[in-house]
Amino acid sequence: MWSFFHRLASPKHFYAFAGRLIPWLGWITLLLMLAGLYTGLFVAPTDYQQGESYRIIFVHVPAAWMSMFVYMVMAISGGIGLVWKMKMADIVAASAAPIGAAFTFLALVTGSLWGKPMWGTWWIWDARLTSELILLFLYLGFIALGSAIEDKRTAANACAVLALVGLVNIPIIHYSVEWWNTLHQGSTVTRFDRPAMATSMLIPLLIMFLAYKIYFFLVLFMRTRAEILDRERNTGWVKQLVTEAS
Amino acid sequence: MKPANAPAREGLEVRNLSCSREDRQLFSDLDFSLKPGMALQIEGPNGSGKTTLLRILCGLRLADEGSIYWNSLDTLEHRSEYLAELAYIGHNHGVKGELTPLENLRVARALGGGQGGLGEDEALEKVGLFGFEDVPSRTLSAGQRRRVALARLLINPVPLWILDEPFTAIDIQGQSQIEAMITHHVLDGGMAVLTSHHPLDLSADHLSSVNLAS
Amino acid sequence: MTNSLLAAFVVILRRDLTLALRTRSEIANPLLFFVIVISLFPLAVSPEPKVLQTLAPGVIWVAALLATMLSLDSIFRSDFEDGALEQMLLSPHSTSILVLAKVLAHWLVTGVPLILLSPLLGVLLNLPTEAMPALLATLALGTPVLSLVGAIGVALTVGLRRGGVLLSLLVLPLYIPVLIFASNAIATAGAGLEIRGQLYFLAALLALALTLSPFATAAALRISLR
Repeated sequence: MWSFFHRLASPKHFYAFAGRLIPWLGWITLLLMLAGLYTGLFVAPTDYQQGESYRIIFVHVPAAWMSMFVYMVMAISGGIGLVWKMKMADIVAASAAPIGAAFTFLALVTGSLWGKPMWGTWWIWDARLTSELILLFLYLGFIALGSAIEDKRTAANACAVLALVGLVNIPIIHYSVEWWNTLHQGSTVTRFDRPAMATSMLIPLLIMFLAYKIYFFLVLFMRTRAEILDRERNTGWVKQLVTEAS
Repeated sequence: MKPANAPAREGLEVRNLSCSREDRQLFSDLDFSLKPGMALQIEGPNGSGKTTLLRILCGLRLADEGSIYWNSLDTLEHRSEYLAELAYIGHNHGVKGELTPLENLRVARALGGGQGGLGEDEALEKVGLFGFEDVPSRTLSAGQRRRVALARLLINPVPLWILDEPFTAIDIQGQSQIEAMITHHVLDGGMAVLTSHHPLDLSADHLSSVNLAS
Repeated sequence: MTNSLLAAFVVILRRDLTLALRTRSEIANPLLFFVIVISLFPLAVSPEPKVLQTLAPGVIWVAALLATMLSLDSIFRSDFEDGALEQMLLSPHSTSILVLAKVLAHWLVTGVPLILLSPLLGVLLNLPTEAMPALLATLALGTPVLSLVGAIGVALTVGLRRGGVLLSLLVLPLYIPVLIFASNAIATAGAGLEIRGQLYFLAALLALALTLSPFATAAALRISLR
């Protein structure tokens, strides 16, 4: 078991391992996505308050969940890379950031689209949306810092420090924004997470969540493979790989 | 993994040191040691990684591989003990232009590890800056500012000196003064690692060298 | 703290204060910026006292945030350029404690003048007298947090040639909790209500920043200097 993880820490083995997993992840994502969208858009009942427009939650809510999850993945693998100087962890952190930013952006756009039929305006300073917006800033800062530093290892370590600082800050920011929101808007705004959700709505939501999560690992593995090739381009095994392919 | 044979009891020992910058291997599998009473000259053409090696030696930069031992202890694990016994003067020597030489040395004394060195005035006199104690350092010439930095070596007496091009910008007379300082330190049982094209006046049993070009 | 560490702390603090006094524009410019930004609002929005009164807490705090941002670079930039930062990291003393001395010096030369100047700006923006103590209290608790958190950002970007804009991208989102609680406390106090909760929260943020930021800053400096 341990030797398996130990081998994964080497970029060469990770490259091969991820390569074998990618087709499987791709098919599972496709199936889950189709199942989730079908049950979400056609099977789940119409909401008695919001009509059909609520169905955007099947895209929105999993994206919002993933935006947090990816940040965790990024900060933790960055921290591992910082403390144990593990090259693979640095690569995973750097590869995860743009995916997380994309999920955050998706959550913002779908949240804003949902706002139009709900509140009659494209943007509302709702606590969730505001938190997502700040999270997007944190992602963009992470990416900007990573691309500003030339040396890859320095960039990875600097980003890891930033991500860990962000990780400490996210709960604080989240709490502050929630508090700020209750002061300014009271309870007139319908919250995204409603206390009782019908099972027929919950099931497609969970399927979609699973689909997003596996999709994340699919893209993460694809990106890490590309990143590994870039960083290891001077090693024997990559050169051999390239000559075999051409 | 611990090396098979234990590192030297006294002094600096470097094992299997490798470092690359961007895509270029600067040096690999570098082994050398430095015992009390020895000076080590790092040689090599420009861009061969001399400064990088010095920065790795004092722990400002991490090597890709390899370890550095000080008195048989790994310097990464015993960082503050190691730092207390070394002095480093780099290209940017850290002399603040807005402060006077005297103030610069006071800060250096508080930051440094050694104890019982010369007084600030005395140290400045030794490096030939008598009379310049109280002028802002930015009004001094580049060579004079480097001398202020070198005076740090006298107020915090530590066994290991790591000097990057210590003779840069210093005039002939100053060079021999600095050289005398280094020779005296080495003959007194100290150690010095330096990059310099300037030959040191030390007999072969006090002087060794590492060439990075090979 | 051992004696020599305490001595090093004091020496670094005194050194940075001396440096700041000898290059006075570094203190004066962010302050001037603070005043100018605030005086732009009545011109841009409305000189109506009622309007200014509602804007005042937010405007003062946003301006304080931006003014601090401008001054942050001075914590480590010049030390990085002339090599003094290397000497600091090579000191056998704990880097976090030395960093704390530098941040304290930064706060004393940028945060404290901001606090002293703020009542005047409160008057310009027609802030009610009841809100003045709240303004001072939030600035006193909040500006050290800005310096401490900002130091992490500067430490991460100090090695970059153009770190200025990047720095604001990294640091401003982290300032949001301070901004929310501080400006709210002032507004609440202006309405004659209790603000102990907000002040406790700001104090908690300060305690957290004080304990964690020096370590993060020291780690970031080591990374930046490689």
